[in-house]
Amino acid sequence: MSRQRKTWLVIGAIFLALLVVRGMTGQGLGRIYVQRSEVTATMPGAGDGTKAAAPGTNPTVPGQGAGSKDAKVVAAAGETVVWAEWKEVPPRAFAAAQQANPSQSAITLSWPRTIGLWLAAFFTLAVFSFLYADNPFYKVAEATVVGVSAAYWGVIGFWDTLVPKMFGALTPGLVKSMVQPSLVDPVMSQKISMALALILGVMMLWRLMPKGGWISAWPLAFIVGVTAGLKIVSHIESDLMAQAQATMKPLIVTVAGSGGATDLWASLWASVANIILVTGVICCLVYFFFSVEHKGAIGGAARVGIWFLMITFGAAFGYTVMGRIALLAARVEFLFDDWLWLIDPNHFRSSGL
Amino acid sequence: MKRVIPLWIAVIAGFGILFSSFIPVAERAGEMFADIFSVIAAIAFILGALSLAKQHLGKLSRREAGWGYSIITFGTFIAMLFIGMSKIGIHPNTQYPQAPYSGGNDTEGSAFMWMYEYVMTPLTSTMFALLAFFVASAAFRAFRAKNTEAVLLLITAFIILLGRTFAGVLLTGWLPDWASGLRLENLSVYVMQVFNTAGSRAIMIGIALGVAATGLRILFGLDRSWLGGGDA
Repeated sequence: MSRQRKTWLVIGAIFLALLVVRGMTGQGLGRIYVQRSEVTATMPGAGDGTKAAAPGTNPTVPGQGAGSKDAKVVAAAGETVVWAEWKEVPPRAFAAAQQANPSQSAITLSWPRTIGLWLAAFFTLAVFSFLYADNPFYKVAEATVVGVSAAYWGVIGFWDTLVPKMFGALTPGLVKSMVQPSLVDPVMSQKISMALALILGVMMLWRLMPKGGWISAWPLAFIVGVTAGLKIVSHIESDLMAQAQATMKPLIVTVAGSGGATDLWASLWASVANIILVTGVICCLVYFFFSVEHKGAIGGAARVGIWFLMITFGAAFGYTVMGRIALLAARVEFLFDDWLWLIDPNHFRSSGL
Repeated sequence: MKRVIPLWIAVIAGFGILFSSFIPVAERAGEMFADIFSVIAAIAFILGALSLAKQHLGKLSRREAGWGYSIITFGTFIAMLFIGMSKIGIHPNTQYPQAPYSGGNDTEGSAFMWMYEYVMTPLTSTMFALLAFFVASAAFRAFRAKNTEAVLLLITAFIILLGRTFAGVLLTGWLPDWASGLRLENLSVYVMQVFNTAGSRAIMIGIALGVAATGLRILFGLDRSWLGGGDA
């Protein structure tokens, strides 16, 4: 057995032992509780009879089936339909409910979400295992995130853009009956533009074919052109004009104090801050201006510009590190709070369990 | 023709969008182009997803090294795609109960949200969190106070890092009120409001000029590198 494998085995054994000890002592770990609530909706249309579906008869269970769709299909116009929804509640709510009524069923353990929590913990540890060395657990996590992310963005693109815009214009009847009854009937120009978009989209998918790759150059050209047009306007408007305008500040500022008289120190600081700001922007822009050789006064200004840029990069670096450490803290908190129940900063369990 | 038609498509679409910001008559054309653009961009996501599937299926069929991980990638891809497209476990919107697919994919308790919350989020956020170690390690190895510029960068990073944490408050909390401006938490605010603003503002102005110049080069047909085969 290699040294690396032995190390892995020892780490795994310690980890399992900790989990077992944690599971047997204290108040347990890694469980999610849900509270059942009923949602009612009235089917639109004629009819005065209100027929409520008995709670519990509707087979819809979030995450477990599409029973709600059946409920909608069988319900007649004017009927009230009821379905159940489960909202996550803190473990202390379950403890309180159990204390009040040990046979209650309003708040229960959610097995799908509990399994999900353990899966999330596994994936978190699998990614962290890369700190030791590249290993199969990390590769599994990596392969999973690629597959899931690609499908996620495909689904979002389909339901949020293609369905309301393209299908909404080309097949409004279908979209109205299945997805969005409030859809406004498309005008002819919308239909034409979306038909054009569909054609260009199909041409883009041609890229996957072994021959005729040039066909996908047409939609690509459209994307390049529109992106260029959009970016020119947005960058000039929000970056160039807005930033230049914001830099045009008064270099001598007077700040009124509490009694109405001028606050000398505050005025001095505000003036110095504005002078530094304006000087900094000008010097940085001089540094970016390569059409003139950086010598003499221009060279001096460019050097000051570099100093300002270094300070900016240092601040950006500090912020990046802080952001990553905040994410790391969030993941560690997830492991110790949500999963292992070792800490309870939000008092999710402290009152009862 | 394989180069001329795409070039004209880019020119017409680009100027259509550009003119729509300045000429009221062209506003409708701009909106139409923007709508077509968003649909093609959404189809591009699908193209990306299909391309990924094609690549991993090819790897599987050729039994290339690491094909086992391709099964996981392809399997999770298909699972997430099926769950998301069919909206499993998603109730209709209460406003439109007659439309079975009117509920959003972000409904709590749905299978899609389950995958997002318990698979995608932990994986992506932990991968980003992992960068904390690598950034710190790279900084430790690369940062050396060799010259004025490096010293400025280092000092600023320290001020920002310490100024936004309790360590900074503890280190300089003893300073009297008249020198409170030198406390790290206040220094970090000054650095961000004045020096950092100046530098990032100049960078933004530079980027805007660069984007505008590149965009115009594309729209005037001077830059054709995106067509492949160089600028010619």
